[in-house]
Amino acid sequence: MNITFVLNGKTVHAETAPDENLLSVLRRCGVMSVKCSCDTANCGCCTVWVNGKPTLSCAYPAPRADGQEITTLEALTEEAESFAAYMADEGADQCGFCNPGFVMNVLAMKRELTDFTEENVRTYLAGNLCRCTGFASQHRAVAAWLKNTGREAAEV
Amino acid sequence: MKQISRPVRKKDAFALLTGKPVYTADIFQQDALTVRLLRSPHAFADITGIDTSAALKVPGVACVLTWRDVPDIRFTIAGQAVPEWSPYDRKLLDSTVRYVGDPVAIVAAETPAAADKALKLIRVTYRVKEPLLDARAALDNPILVHPESDWRTVADFGADAKRNLCAHEIDRVGDAEAKLKECAYVAEGTYHTGQVSQCFMEPYTTGAYTDSFGRMTVVSSTQIPFHVRRIVSTALQIPLRNVRVIKPRVGGGFGAKQTAVSEIYAAAAAKATGRPCMLQYTRQEIFEAGSPRHEMEITVRVGADSEGHILAIDHRVLSNTGAYGEHGPTTIQLSGRQPTSIYRYAKDIYFEGTVVYTNTVPAGAYRGFGVTQGAFAVESTVNELARQIGIDPIEIRRINLLREGDVMGIYDNGEVTESCRFIDCLNRADELFGWKENAKRRVMPDGMIRAGGIAAAMQGSGIAFVDTATATVRLVEDGSYILEIGAADMGTGCDTILAQIAAEALGCSVDRVHTAAVDTDHSPYDTGSYASSTTYVTGNAVVKACAALKAKILTAAGALLGPDAGEMTLDGSGVSAGGRTVSLREISLHTQSGQSVMLQATESHSGKVSPPPFIVSMAEIELDPGTGRVRVTRLVNVIDCGTVINTALARVQAEGAAMQALGMALTERAAVGENGRLHEHSLLTYGMPTRLDIPEITVDFCPSYEETGPFGAKSIGEVAINATAPAITEAVYNASGIRVHSLPVNPENLI
Ligand code: FES
Ligand code: FES
Repeated sequence: MNITFVLNGKTVHAETAPDENLLSVLRRCGVMSVKCSCDTANCGCCTVWVNGKPTLSCAYPAPRADGQEITTLEALTEEAESFAAYMADEGADQCGFCNPGFVMNVLAMKRELTDFTEENVRTYLAGNLCRCTGFASQHRAVAAWLKNTGREAAEV
Repeated sequence: MKQISRPVRKKDAFALLTGKPVYTADIFQQDALTVRLLRSPHAFADITGIDTSAALKVPGVACVLTWRDVPDIRFTIAGQAVPEWSPYDRKLLDSTVRYVGDPVAIVAAETPAAADKALKLIRVTYRVKEPLLDARAALDNPILVHPESDWRTVADFGADAKRNLCAHEIDRVGDAEAKLKECAYVAEGTYHTGQVSQCFMEPYTTGAYTDSFGRMTVVSSTQIPFHVRRIVSTALQIPLRNVRVIKPRVGGGFGAKQTAVSEIYAAAAAKATGRPCMLQYTRQEIFEAGSPRHEMEITVRVGADSEGHILAIDHRVLSNTGAYGEHGPTTIQLSGRQPTSIYRYAKDIYFEGTVVYTNTVPAGAYRGFGVTQGAFAVESTVNELARQIGIDPIEIRRINLLREGDVMGIYDNGEVTESCRFIDCLNRADELFGWKENAKRRVMPDGMIRAGGIAAAMQGSGIAFVDTATATVRLVEDGSYILEIGAADMGTGCDTILAQIAAEALGCSVDRVHTAAVDTDHSPYDTGSYASSTTYVTGNAVVKACAALKAKILTAAGALLGPDAGEMTLDGSGVSAGGRTVSLREISLHTQSGQSVMLQATESHSGKVSPPPFIVSMAEIELDPGTGRVRVTRLVNVIDCGTVINTALARVQAEGAAMQALGMALTERAAVGENGRLHEHSLLTYGMPTRLDIPEITVDFCPSYEETGPFGAKSIGEVAINATAPAITEAVYNASGIRVHSLPVNPENLI
């Protein structure tokens, strides 16, 4: 079957099958920031935005993407770089395999959350696994970035 | 400005963080055939027939390979220097399958769907045999996992396939049995750790193709490019000179990629089809046929005199290597040597290690490499001993931990530690944790019980007399340097750390050094990134190569500055003498025209010692007495890894290792069921910690200066995982009075 969707601002047509997930279609389209790590919707490495909402592309049937707007990290380089600097300073990038999905979710969080408490941040990002860092450095980076972009926890 | 002992951003940080295509699956030919493996549903069976005809008819299927189609030769896929210290017990494909997940057939097809369809159509008939699943029953069991006559070893590690014995090891000093009899106190216990998964995020991924010269090129997510070259050459019976291995960015390894798990299958498909082929494991395959930590059962006796001097240790380890013996004979050594050798008065030590085959997932290397399992047992027993004597577990360590100049028990034949700030680590952890107050059992207002625990451990820094690293460094005409190494950055940041070491040696800034990722056609030889060797062994090769290059640069500069220039100094901009400076660009350009000088140097290094880094770990837990649930609330890890080359990356290494240890202690489990199938084989059920589980974690360093290391450095990656699990279970003991003997902690036992 054929689907048509907007990928990072451009209309694309893709051939897919009912049992295919969006993740494989996107990688076939050359979008390599989207990673597969777990195939069971548990790691967050495949996070993309569907109509602006963070979505696990491994658990999203490709046919449902028809007519939707898909955003991946490729379209967010500038914004990603502003956050990346904080991650790099902490050494929180490590192997990097979890980074694209994590960054997609962090950027979505910044748009969506209103109160950036440590707990809210952790809960929002809970679906993004990382084995290298043990998470702590990621949170230091997120906190420093939020602070320097004027998004602090309301209660602090 | 110093280029070491400070935080430096990883050179690949922005590429990784903005999702650039850098991993094997991103950069390999996208029109490559998809490779999939048909795996055995049985724990033990002989294949009596395979019919591939229907599979081959599926449109788009390029090949279906079975044991009949591949070289009939046994080898090991463990990444080790020769002579390989693992049995030659594995074939590319065999007519006997020995665990649930053992490959039966290799399929390559135009699309994943076609490959999957073909897998379903392969008709295999099995003569199912009774499997051997319990490691405790394996030795001399009538069921033999490897009865075949061509099983062999090329080194003597006490293996005997006729007994299901993969390795047998005894190390001793003094007479532990006699000494234990003299001891005023003896604590004893049996401990068990399971087959936990490294949970690296990038699955095993390999692409392979034949290049224009007819050579097999393997692009792979590996820690061991040079060993992969040899293993692929052996497995496929193609000459070594016709194999090339390229390592792109690697999405985590933790030891798992110190075994050539996926490479041989992708290469076999590429050879058979003449087409580029790519194989990526699913997470289920990683669990069922990856290379997890060896399950171990360990019985320890530790004896002390009435003042609390630990005098004798008897340590017996049973290790389950699963169906194949990768790293079985070496992990067992470390399970005994390091854990028993951190106590300065213990002059009588007996260690016996037995590694057995079973029909379960073949185990391999995982950060800590046996030390983690051994330290859990020894540290738990030392904590028990402290209770018996009636002294604080921190005090028994204050009395007994190694000091500089001490002989280290049975470690590397009684090597002496020349760089050791173990006691400083202990004192610093004491201070950071607030041991006196926070170790105590406290009932919180909400009814939760808090308590603290402690443990200590060491590792090594490379394998002395074995690990070999080479570095090539050259000056290019814009005045920067290219550093070529054969060590594999798997996400730890060694490409950056080694560039820092080079920059420090050459007096330039780190952004003037470009590290080239490994390609066995171009990179100088390195045994690989494992055994905590990269900073220490490869770092030393970098220091040597830079010194040699510096000498060449000074000679070339001397020609430009003239004979009376006086003493020359090299810095990031050029060479100066007597108030005059020639730039690196001038020097470089000068040698590129009409000269027979190459401003390049290559040097090798292999250590004669393996100086251990040390860690003291303290954990505070909160126990819910109603449910038995344990949550770690605080972790303090203080480490002596010698000079800290990159303070940010070292800290993150330690934090990441601590969370792996926490997972191993509390939640991670992949248990073998009755039929040999794993109960847990996905990230949904396995229990890897998430960010909701992170405690308040403090990492600090007490850097000693290791004379034999690059600018005083030792290693960090592995030691950091070793002490946290026993510190957590000691805290559990403190809170509940129950000693945890088997990981992960079972909450039901704590109610
Ligand atoms: S690959 Fe989609 S959540 Fe893991
Ligand atoms: S950085 Fe390696 S998994 Fe997160």
